[in-house]
Order: sequence, then C-alpha cells, then structure tokens
Amino acid sequence: MRANCWYGKQDVRVEQVPDPKILNRRDAIVKITSTAICGSDLHLYNGFMPTMQKGDILGHEFMGELVEVGPDVKNRKVGDRVVVSFPISCGNCFFCQQQLFTLCENSNPNAWMAEKMFGHSPCGIYGYSHLTGGYAGGQAEYARVPFADVGTLKVPEGMPDEQVLFLSDIFPTGYMGAEMCDIKQGDTIAVWGCGPVGQFAIASAYLLGAERVIGIDRFPERLTMAREKAKAETINYEETNVYDALMEMTGGRGPDACIDAVGLEAHGGHGIVYAYDRAKQALMSETDRPIALREAIMCCRNGGTVSVIGVYGGLIDKFPMGSFMNRSLTMKTGQCHVQRYWGQLLERIERGEIDPSFVITHRMGLEDAPHGFDIFTNKEDDCIKIVLKP
Amino acid sequence: MATATKKQAQGGQRQGNAGQQSAQSSSPDSRQTGQTTDGTLPAIRHHAGQSGGLMNINAEQLARGLGWFSIGLGLAELLAPRGIAKVAGVRGHTGLIRLFGLREIFHGIGIFSQGRRPAAAVWARVAGDALDLAALGGAFASPRSDKARVAFATANVLAVTALDVICAQQLSSGNSDSTAGGGTTVRKSLIINRSPEELYSYWRNFENLPRFMHHLESVRVTGEGRSHWVAKAPAGSSVEWDAEIVEDRPNELISWRSLEGADVDNSGSVRFETAPGGRGTIVRVEMQYNPPGGVIGAVVAKLFGEEPGQQAQESLRCFKQVMETGEVVLSEGTVWDNGYLTQRPAQPPSGAELGAARAGGRA
Repeated sequence: MRANCWYGKQDVRVEQVPDPKILNRRDAIVKITSTAICGSDLHLYNGFMPTMQKGDILGHEFMGELVEVGPDVKNRKVGDRVVVSFPISCGNCFFCQQQLFTLCENSNPNAWMAEKMFGHSPCGIYGYSHLTGGYAGGQAEYARVPFADVGTLKVPEGMPDEQVLFLSDIFPTGYMGAEMCDIKQGDTIAVWGCGPVGQFAIASAYLLGAERVIGIDRFPERLTMAREKAKAETINYEETNVYDALMEMTGGRGPDACIDAVGLEAHGGHGIVYAYDRAKQALMSETDRPIALREAIMCCRNGGTVSVIGVYGGLIDKFPMGSFMNRSLTMKTGQCHVQRYWGQLLERIERGEIDPSFVITHRMGLEDAPHGFDIFTNKEDDCIKIVLKP
Repeated sequence: MATATKKQAQGGQRQGNAGQQSAQSSSPDSRQTGQTTDGTLPAIRHHAGQSGGLMNINAEQLARGLGWFSIGLGLAELLAPRGIAKVAGVRGHTGLIRLFGLREIFHGIGIFSQGRRPAAAVWARVAGDALDLAALGGAFASPRSDKARVAFATANVLAVTALDVICAQQLSSGNSDSTAGGGTTVRKSLIINRSPEELYSYWRNFENLPRFMHHLESVRVTGEGRSHWVAKAPAGSSVEWDAEIVEDRPNELISWRSLEGADVDNSGSVRFETAPGGRGTIVRVEMQYNPPGGVIGAVVAKLFGEEPGQQAQESLRCFKQVMETGEVVLSEGTVWDNGYLTQRPAQPPSGAELGAARAGGRA
C-alpha cells in the first residue's frame, strides 16, 4: 500500500510499504477513505519530537471501512464504516474504566521511555513517535487498529466523511477544552490559538452555554474563520495588547475561563532538557515559548479556570505561580479522551447543531501529503486544515 | 557445580518450539499473532532501561570521557598554570590552579579506578565543579580579572557541570537492585486490575511464564512442584535449569528456586496483595540471580540485561497486559527481539518478516 512516511526534519515521503496485518486478536484493519494532517504532526515534521525512526508512517486522524476484524472484536464486523480515535485504549485498565482513555496503562509498549520523560506513561497513539508506542499511522491506504472494539466509532451511511472525520481528534479535543472550563450561563471564554482545535473550542464553548467567546491569534485567515464560522469576537495579538483588550472587553474582571489551544513545540529528551534548564537557570536566561499559557493565567479572572489542550512536551520556565496561587485559579489539562465524547458529538452533528467540515481549507490526494505538510507548516495559501483522500 | 549445557539452537529446533507454542493457544495470549522478532529486521535496539534513556547517552562511556577530560585538564593546570589563568581571564593564582590540577587528576584516576559504574567519582567531579565555580565567582569580583574571559570560562564550567550531573545521576539511578557478593536481587511491583485469585492461578501454571517473560524460551512442568526452565541467550544459544517450588500459598504467594546443577543459580517469589479500595491487586516480584564466573557468567549478564530490574519491570508490564487485555500488546515499530524491546520503523511487517517471526520468534 501507499503511506506517508517520516524521514527527518521537513522530509516526508509517500512510499510503497507492506499492507497491515492483524497482530493482536482485538485488531481490525481499516481501508482508509479520509485522513487529515494535524497541527501536532508538525512537531514531528519539524523534528522537535524525539524517538522518531526513519520510515515511521504518520497520521492519527483517519476513518474508513473495516476490511478485516480480529477474532476477539465482538462488536464490529467487516464492512462497518468507522472513525478511529487517535488514542489507543484497551478499555480494561483502571483508567479506561474511568473513561480516561488517553491514560490507558496497556497500550504503550514503550511505556518505559515515557516514564523516564514524564514520570508515568500516557496511552499509545498512532503515528506519533516511539515514545507513544511506535504504532504505524493513518496517512495511508490501510491501517491496523488495535483494540478496535474500543477505538472505533460506527458512523451512519449517508453522512459525508468530512462531517465525521474530525471526531477522531480535533472536534472532541476542542470540546474537552471547553468542557473543562465548567461553563455556566453567561460566561465569557477566551481561546488562545484559532487553529482547527481552537475553532472547535470556540464552537464548543457556545454549545455548552457560553455567552461570549473571544479568539486570539495572529493569522488573518484564522481570525476571519473564528469570526465568520465559529462566531467569536477576535483579538490579533500582533496588533493589540491581549491583556488590555480582554480587560476592556470584560470591564476589568477578565474572562471566566481561558483555553490554551496553542501549546509548545515538544522537544528534547530528559537529559538534554535537564542540562539546558540547569545552564539556563545558572545564567539567568529564559525561554519565551509558553507565552500563551502565561498570558492565559495572567488574564483569567480571579477564581477562574485555565484549560490546557495545546500540547506540551517537556519543561517550561517562568510559570506565574504567584498569580496562579493567590487568585485561586484552577488548571485542567489532558490529551483528549476521545472515546468519552465522540458518541454525543456525533449526535450533535446528526441534529445539525454543528458541521465540523467548516475548518477544512484544503483537500488533496495522499500522494500530495509532502506538499500539504509544506504549506501547512509555512501557513501558505491560507492553509488551516488539510484532508487527504487515499 | 554448575555444568555448562549451553547449546546452539538450530533453526529446526526453534521451529519445533514455535509449533509447540501455537498448539497451546487456548490461553489468552494468542500464538497465531505474527511478530517481527527476527534479527534480520532493520532494527535499532533501545534496550529497555539502558542508561541514557531517550537520548541514548551511555553514562559509562560518558564517565570514561569525563575521566580523560579530568586527567587532561589536570595535567594542563599542573604544567601550564599561567596559560590556564590567561584563558580563564584571571591573573596570578598559579599555586591555586596547580592545586586544582592535582584535584582534576585525582578525579580522573578515581573514575577509572571505580570500575564500570563510577558514580561516586563522578559526584566528586560535581563537587569539584562547585569549587571551580566558586573560584571563578571570586575572580569575577576581582578588579584584576578580564570579565569577558571569566564569563566564558564560567559558561564552560557550567556546561561541564551539567554533563557531570547527568552522568552521575544516570550512574546512580535505577539501582534499587542490589548487587552483593556477585549475586543480584531485583524487586518490582505493579498494580493489576484483576483479583489475586485470577493472577495467582495464571502464574501458578509456570508454563504460562514465557508468554510475558520474553527472555524465557520455555518452562515445562516436570513433576510435583518441579519444572524445567530454558532461557534465551545471545547468538541463538540458551541456558537451562531445573527449579522447585519452595512455598505455595494459594492466591497469596509462590516462591521457587533452581536446583543443583543449574546454569544459573536463581530463585524468585511473587506475592499478590489486594490493593486498597478493591482497586485490583498489587503484584510484587522478587528475583535473585547468582551468575557463575567465566563464559557462562558473561552470557548470563547479557541475558538478564545491564539492568535486570528493568527487565523484570517489562515482564510485569506484559503480565498486566495479558491479564487485563488478553495478550501482550504489539505495535509495528516496537518488537521483542531475543528478550529485548527493540525499535524498528513503524510500518507493517512484510510477509517474509511475518513468516520469519512465526518460525523463530515469540509474540
């Protein structure tokens, strides 16, 4: 089959690779009909993520038709049309049973690597380095789906791919970002980052009852989409001081909750990060990477919530702990527990409350994936979201 | 005395083993599943838990490098204190610099004389770095120093300090396992979402152990409380021993030890404790190895890894996967090769790789 493989910094190639096979009894094989490039794939593309191997197949947002089902998958059959969740989750462990699917204890064969970096390991993820298991990804014609009984959502015939594809990751991720804000009627929510996840965070905040949602970014095309499609008010942080603008908009109180949908370029193994951090502390230097997170904390109203769905990979410095502690803030975080949300979100799509296809700006064939990565990383051609058709 | 019964595993023999295993596929750990454990794969080994973690810095090599660095710098400070003073941006103090040189040489010798894991000597280097930094701090305050050069020297010392700390931490880390009198004791525990009864009865059938202990080729029950163990060793060889159950308390504890004539003198125990709040069972494993000297000793050292504790941890993790999900969880890019977790590109295995794995590997 054809698949988009990682070969190094800004080097991905569509190549001929072997077809996937059932390796575990709860696997299924899906023939992919639509797959997407995620903003978090750019961390891999730009070489910030350690533990990648030349030849790794990328991609964790995909859907299609089941063409083979392992003997222990009892609730799916060949021919089912499914969306695949980006977290790989067993459904049996302590965390899966609490619906905390991205904390699955059994799906990452390289848990020892993650334990060295994070203390404990998160779940396995498709096409997202060997730190999260070394699973082949879904920017391909076919993919193997481990624990297919837990990690697939059946979608009705007749709903176009583009309406349901994003149930795999970015729609539930944005929704969880809004849900963690514990929104009450009349709340004002500020969202840092108007990429696809930020767009869904804005839309979800409205679905959950927010009165005002404010999107913050610098790319005009994203701000336009946030205004016109997601119905947010917007702030361009290159033109306006974000803190001043938010205080002005909220009468000096600040937003009730702030969502960080920006994150940080993941980088470094613990040894190098540690050495870097030590030298940095000693020389009193600083990095400016977690700007959005710091700003979200400083802007959030007293007693408010900071919800972090942007991806962080290592260590940050200059965390405004004084502001955070003295003002009774709450922070909630996490990779999205997709399987907890996708059923109810599918119902919202079916009821016509939202059509997630509004974020798509580019459609291309799988063979064009390298070009897609290029324009997405350079924000060329007003690129916000790319869907690939194998 | 342990007799060497090392034997080359022939291809045919291996196939026989694999056939035997797939015949017993009634257990949750399926044998039909293909796995690419064939050594011919373009695999890069991440020995689980090998010092260095993600960036694969080998702490022992780093320590040797730091040792040579100490000796080189020490000789330079001892023989050419004026040159060193100039580079560091300070004047005079040649006596102090010579003393520092002696200290550096002392550190270097310390590293090389402490054997393979000279953690104490590298920590001594960290203390020495602190002295250097203090001296440079003093120089910075002195009106007679060249501030730019002192700052440059300080940055260099900080960089070396960071290396020293990383190296020393890695040399000291992960050693909850004690190594005394040539023997090694490993203790690990893991919480599993199953009852003590289920876990005990699976473990009590020792023939199940190779399903989650990847360094074991097979365990065969030979009689009441007796079993014959075959473990994989490098280059297709294997080591074997007979073992007996020492204590067996249903749903609580099993302990065993090897019998006279074992290639590797070893013993072990596993305990099953109900976790607080009824949240599954805490499984505690303890194993002791008494590797003999000579060739067999070297083979055994390889066999159980540089950090046997990590190997025990991975075995426990696989036990948890088998008990909670039904089998050991496989990914395309992470495979078991001869008892080690090994990385290869995250692509589906080819038909030939699958075939080779079915003939000679274990899922």
